[in-house]
Amino acid sequence: MIVFNVNGKERRVDVSPDTPLLWVLREKLGLNGSKFGCGEGLCGACTVHIDGYPQRSCITPVGDVQGKKVVTIEGIPENHPLKKAWLAQEVSQCGYCQPGQIMSAVALLDKKPKPTDADIDSAMSGNLCRCGTYGRIRRAIHAAGGKSAPKGGKEL
Amino acid sequence: MSDGTKMSRRQFMKASALAGGGLLLACHLPFGALDAFAAGDAVFAPNAFLRIGTDNSVTIIVNKSEMGQGVYTSLPMLVAEELCCDWKRVTFQASPVAPEYNHAQFGPIMVTGGSTSVRSEWSRLSLAGAAAREMLITAAANEWRVKPGACRAENGIVLGPGGMQISFGKIAAKAAKLPVPKEPKLKSGAKILLGRPFHRLDSPAKINGKAVFGIDVTAPGMLTAVIARPPVFGGQVKSFDASRALAVTGVKQVVAVDAGVAVVADGFWPAQKGRELLDIIWDEGPGGQVSTTLMHEEYARLSATPGLVARKDGDAPTVLSQAKKRFDVEYEVPYLAHATMEPLNCFVDMKQESCLVRTGSQFQTVDRNAAARVAGLKPEQVVFETTFLGGGFGRRACTGSDFVVEAAQVAKAVMQPVKVIRSREDDMRAGYYRPMWYDRIAACLDDKGMPLAWHHRIVGQSIIAGTPFESGMVKDGIDDTSVEGASTTLYDIPNLQVELHSPKNAVPVLWWRSVGHSHTAFVMESFLDELAHAAGKDPYQYRRQLLAKHPRTMKVLEIAAKKGGWGKPLPAGHGRGIAVHESFGSYIAQVAEVSLDVQGNIKVHRVVCAVDCGRIVNPDTIKAQMESGIVFGLSAALHGAITLKDGRVEQGNFDSYPLVRMAAAPRIEVHIIASSEPPGGVGEPGVPPIAPAVANALFAATGARLRSLPMTPDKIRAAVNRG
Ligand code: FES
Ligand code: FES
Repeated sequence: MIVFNVNGKERRVDVSPDTPLLWVLREKLGLNGSKFGCGEGLCGACTVHIDGYPQRSCITPVGDVQGKKVVTIEGIPENHPLKKAWLAQEVSQCGYCQPGQIMSAVALLDKKPKPTDADIDSAMSGNLCRCGTYGRIRRAIHAAGGKSAPKGGKEL
Repeated sequence: MSDGTKMSRRQFMKASALAGGGLLLACHLPFGALDAFAAGDAVFAPNAFLRIGTDNSVTIIVNKSEMGQGVYTSLPMLVAEELCCDWKRVTFQASPVAPEYNHAQFGPIMVTGGSTSVRSEWSRLSLAGAAAREMLITAAANEWRVKPGACRAENGIVLGPGGMQISFGKIAAKAAKLPVPKEPKLKSGAKILLGRPFHRLDSPAKINGKAVFGIDVTAPGMLTAVIARPPVFGGQVKSFDASRALAVTGVKQVVAVDAGVAVVADGFWPAQKGRELLDIIWDEGPGGQVSTTLMHEEYARLSATPGLVARKDGDAPTVLSQAKKRFDVEYEVPYLAHATMEPLNCFVDMKQESCLVRTGSQFQTVDRNAAARVAGLKPEQVVFETTFLGGGFGRRACTGSDFVVEAAQVAKAVMQPVKVIRSREDDMRAGYYRPMWYDRIAACLDDKGMPLAWHHRIVGQSIIAGTPFESGMVKDGIDDTSVEGASTTLYDIPNLQVELHSPKNAVPVLWWRSVGHSHTAFVMESFLDELAHAAGKDPYQYRRQLLAKHPRTMKVLEIAAKKGGWGKPLPAGHGRGIAVHESFGSYIAQVAEVSLDVQGNIKVHRVVCAVDCGRIVNPDTIKAQMESGIVFGLSAALHGAITLKDGRVEQGNFDSYPLVRMAAAPRIEVHIIASSEPPGGVGEPGVPPIAPAVANALFAATGARLRSLPMTPDKIRAAVNRG
C-alpha cells in the first residue's frame, strides 16, 4: 500500500510501486487532467508538483512519492492568477498540453513572482505544445506575474 | 436551402435516435436535450443545430471535431449571429454521427478537414439561426396579435410594438409548434458577433483538466490495451508466446489482431510491461528492405524522366532547350509525422447487437463504418461519439481508420469495454506520414530577368491512390494533393509545366496539416527567391511584379513586407526572408527574421504574417491559427524528418523527432486584412509559407541556400562552406 497526499487529501493505492505516478493519478484516482504525451520525460504533458517541485509524473514511480505531497492541475484553484491569465490571453488550442504547461508555470511563479523572458525559457522549455501556443503562454505568465504583456500579441 | 433547416423537430428526433441508438445516446452523450424532449415540449429544436431551453439557454450542436481550431466557438457564433440570442447563454455540444451532420460539400460523410469548417458551414448555420429567429418572432407576434414584421429579436428577447417583449425561453415552446420556414431571411445591417474577438467557449474546460479527450474516456470494468506491432510496414505475426506477458499482475488477455499482438490489462502500465515480455516471431515480408536513402535515389532517377502533366502553359521544355542560361535545381523534403500531442487511442465497447466507440476522430462516418465492419453490425448499430482531440492535423482523418479498427478488433476479442492506447513510439512508428517528396525544376529568365519558363517535376507517393477516395479525387492518374500549390501557382510565368510521378511503396501516407502545400510552397517560394537573386532583383519586388493580376495575394505580400520592415536595416548577421502562398481559399504572406549561431542553428527571431481569409468570424481564432501554423511549420522546417532503415522507422519519441520549444519560438505578429470576400480556411494555410520564408532569410543572412528540409546544422554548415 502506497500512501501519499494528492491535492490536500490522503490517498492509498495498492499498485506495483514501479507504476508511474501518472497512471495512478489517471487510472486509480480518476484525475485525468495530467496527460500522457511521451512517457519519457520529454514533453511535460504529465507535469505535477511533488513537494512543491514540478516533476514529470510519467517517469516518477509511485513508490517514490510515498508520504509526499502531490498537486495536480485539479488542485490549482480556479481563481489562480495563472488560470485567469490563461483565459484572458486565450492560450489554449487543442488544450492537451495545457494542464502540464500551467503546472510548470505555477511552479515558476511560486519561485519567481516576476520572471524574465529567460526565466520563462528555462522553466517552460520542457513543455511541448504541438499547437504552438508558446507566445500566448509567455504573455499569460508575464500577465499573471504582474508584468505588462509584451507587444505583438492580441488583447481581447 | 440546406437540409438542416428543412427538418422538422420530429425528423430531427428520428434522425438523432437513428444516429445514436436511442437510449445509448441518452446515456453517453452529454446531450441533456433528449431528457428535455422526454420531459415534454419545453424545448425548441427547429433543426439539427440548435436548441433553446425554457431557461433561455441556447445549445449549438457542432458537427466539427474540436482539435484546437476553435470550432466550438466559431460555429456557434455563426448560428448566434442570425438567431440574435444572448451570447452569454450559448453552450456547445458535439453532434452525433448522422446524415444531417455530414460535410456540406464533401459528400455523405461527417468529416473535419481541408480547413473547411467555417467556410462550408457558414451558410447552413446562418440559415439555421435565421429560421429559428423567424419562428420565435412569429410565435411572439401571434401571442401579441401583431404582425411579425412589427417585431424583432435582440439579445435573446423578442421585441414588439409598444414596448412588448418576451424572452426566447418563454416563447420557445410555442415557436416549436410552428412550421420551419423554408426560406429564412438573413439579417441585414451590421453584425453583432461576427468579426469581433470572443473568448473560446471551450477554454475553461481545457485549463482545469475537465475536458475529456479520447485518452480520458473510461467506463466501468474498462480494460486498457497496447499492441506490439511489427517492426516493419507490412510485417505480420508468425507466432507468439504470451506466457511471460500473462504472468504480469494486471494482464488479463493477450490477443492477436491485424495490427499485431494486443496485451489487454487493467491499466496502461501492466499492459506496457506485458508487451515487453511478449515473445513474437515476425514475418517481415519485403518491408525490411525499405530505406529512405534508397527511395531518395529512386526518386531522383524518376525525376529525370517525364511524368504525367498536371499543368501546361506555353511550352516550357522547348523554351528551356533554347535558353542561353538555365537554372537546374533539386529540392527534397522528408516524411513527417503528425505527432499530435495526444497519442492515438480509441475506446470501444462491443456487444452482440451494439457497439459504442468513443474517440477523437476527424473522420466519424468512415471510422464508424469501419468499426461496424469489424463488429459485423450495421453502421446504425454503432454509436460513435467524438471527444476533444488532442491535436488532429489530418492524422485523425485516417483513410484506413487504423486506430479505430485495431481497437474494435481488440474489443471484439475481449467483449469488454477496452481502450487501446498507443505509446508515443507506437504513434510515431506505426505510420501514416506526410509523403517524402523530391522535386526537379529547370527554369530560365527573359531579358528583364523575369521567369520565362519553369519546368517542374514532382516525385512522391499519392495520399489518395489505393483508398476509397481514389475514384473521386485522382483524375487521369493525378492526385491533386500531390501537385497543389505548384500546379495552382498564381505567378505569371508564360511557360509553365508541372509533371508528377507517383511511385508506390509500403510506407503509409496521409494528409498532414496543409497537405501538398506543405511541400510545394517550400519549393516554389525558395526557387523563386533563387531566381530573383540570380536576376539581381529584390525578392519582394520580384514577387510583386509576378502577381499583378492577383490583388489579394499582392495585398498580403505588401502588408507583410511593410509590417515586417522589409528593406530596413537589421543587426549584423540577421537576414529577412519573405514568402507568399495561397491555400484553402486564403492568402498568406510571411516575413521571417533569422540569424545563425556558431553551431549552425537557425534562430528565428520574428515572424510577421499577413492573412486574407475573406469574411471572418473570430479574429482572435484566426490569429491563434496563424501562430499555430507558423510554429508547426517551423518544427518541420528545422527538425522534422521520419527516416527508415532496413524497414524500421528511426525516430520514436521527441528526442529523435524534436519539435520547437518555448525558447526557440519566434515572436509572431499577425495582421488580418479586412475583406468581404467569401471565407477561406485558417487551420492549415499558416503552415506553408514559413519554411520558405526561413530558408530565404537564411540565404539573406548567410548566402547559404538550403534545398532540403529540415534545415539542420550539418546541412547549413555544408551550405555555408560551399558559399
Ligand atoms: S508524458 Fe511525461 S514528460 Fe511526456
Ligand atoms: S494546445 Fe495543443 S498541444 Fe498545446
